[in-house]
Amino acid sequence: MKNYLTTVFNIVEKDLLLELKSKEVVVSMLLFSLLVVIVFSFIFEPGAAYKDNLVGGILWMAIIFSGVLGLNKSMLNEITGGNLNALLLAPVDRSAVFFGKVFSNFLFLIIMEIITVPIFMVFYNINIFANSFMSIVVLALGTYGFAVLGTLFSLISVKTKTREIMLPLLLLPLMIPIILAGIQCMNIYILGEDVTESYKWLKLIGAFDVIFTAVIYAIFDYIVEE
Amino acid sequence: MKLSALIDVLTFLAVALGLYFAFIYAPVENVMGPVQKIFYFHVASAWISFFAFFVTFICSFFVLFTNKYIFDDVASGSAEIGIIFCTIVLITGPIWAKPIWGTWWTWDPRLTTTLILWFIYVGYLMLRKFLDEEDKRAKFSAALGIIGFIDVPIVFFSIRWWRTIHPNVLQKGGGGLAPEMLTALFVSIFAFTLLYVMMLVKTSAIKHMFRRYEKIASNKGEI
Repeated sequence: MKNYLTTVFNIVEKDLLLELKSKEVVVSMLLFSLLVVIVFSFIFEPGAAYKDNLVGGILWMAIIFSGVLGLNKSMLNEITGGNLNALLLAPVDRSAVFFGKVFSNFLFLIIMEIITVPIFMVFYNINIFANSFMSIVVLALGTYGFAVLGTLFSLISVKTKTREIMLPLLLLPLMIPIILAGIQCMNIYILGEDVTESYKWLKLIGAFDVIFTAVIYAIFDYIVEE
Repeated sequence: MKLSALIDVLTFLAVALGLYFAFIYAPVENVMGPVQKIFYFHVASAWISFFAFFVTFICSFFVLFTNKYIFDDVASGSAEIGIIFCTIVLITGPIWAKPIWGTWWTWDPRLTTTLILWFIYVGYLMLRKFLDEEDKRAKFSAALGIIGFIDVPIVFFSIRWWRTIHPNVLQKGGGGLAPEMLTALFVSIFAFTLLYVMMLVKTSAIKHMFRRYEKIASNKGEI
């Protein structure tokens, strides 16, 4: 167990050091998510009141679209020079390597969100923390679910002939529960409705995270064995 | 070899019987009229597509745990057939819905889940097409076959909750089927199941042969 966590930590540390040096993944994700926030604002009349019902969806689209971009970049970094194959050959648990990648991708996404969310709140003149700080929990759990499946399918899609094109095609239909539940929660928080309404959606996101973490933990070794 | 020929003959008879039951034996529905006949093919196709993806799901586990390519042949063959029937469901549904509900499409949980199911397994087939190495193709698509199938009920529940928040405009029809209609439906489902088995046997055999051919070709004719 201790070795397992050490491996996870080492992978995360490696990715963070690499990212601190190159800043490729986080910066490109951040710029893209801000662009999504701005481009989607043209859907509304300037200052329209009905926008409050809809902007929760824009935040999630910004996270998902830029996340797909970032996951691809993060995995492409890993396969240049056969780094990924080397990692999987190392005498450690293979799923530990995988979950290391999941957590580093999760951290990159969270860093992107920490900057995107306040700017999003300024641009659309709303406060997602008005009612409670549950928005943080929703964003964290949703991002983790996205990171788990996203990392697995980015690993799969970089091995295909079409490379990064496959990732959104495989990932988006699978992510629908997270996207739907995340948007419903955001709408509840933005409109200032009863917070307890959002708990069932939170449970759904939590169940999604737990189920897919367990399934991938169980089958990952078999997927990558040569 | 004999068994597959028997299945072929049985399928032919069952489909003919299914057509008789659907068009002649079952009465024309009072309110909906002849368009209701689509129901026998729509429901049977929906059953087959879910069943086919379930077979893919089970075979995907066997691919991962046994490393035998025969399971990969069955899993991918079943997914291909599932996509065909899922497409039939998505085409026949709106044809029925337009005169009855007055709209081609509604974001009902079952409709939406079927559509998403379609996208997941089209992704599955695309992934297979773009992976050249036999081993990676089998394992990666098995991962998607497992995760995709587990995802479907979660998608269904999320959409059902979403739709219960918003009022459901359309009243669901159905219920109260005439006994002849129920018989026709069961005959139709039986015929479609046989059709599925026949197609699965054939497509798996073709995939198996193709794999052998590729092996021989890569050995330059030496077995």
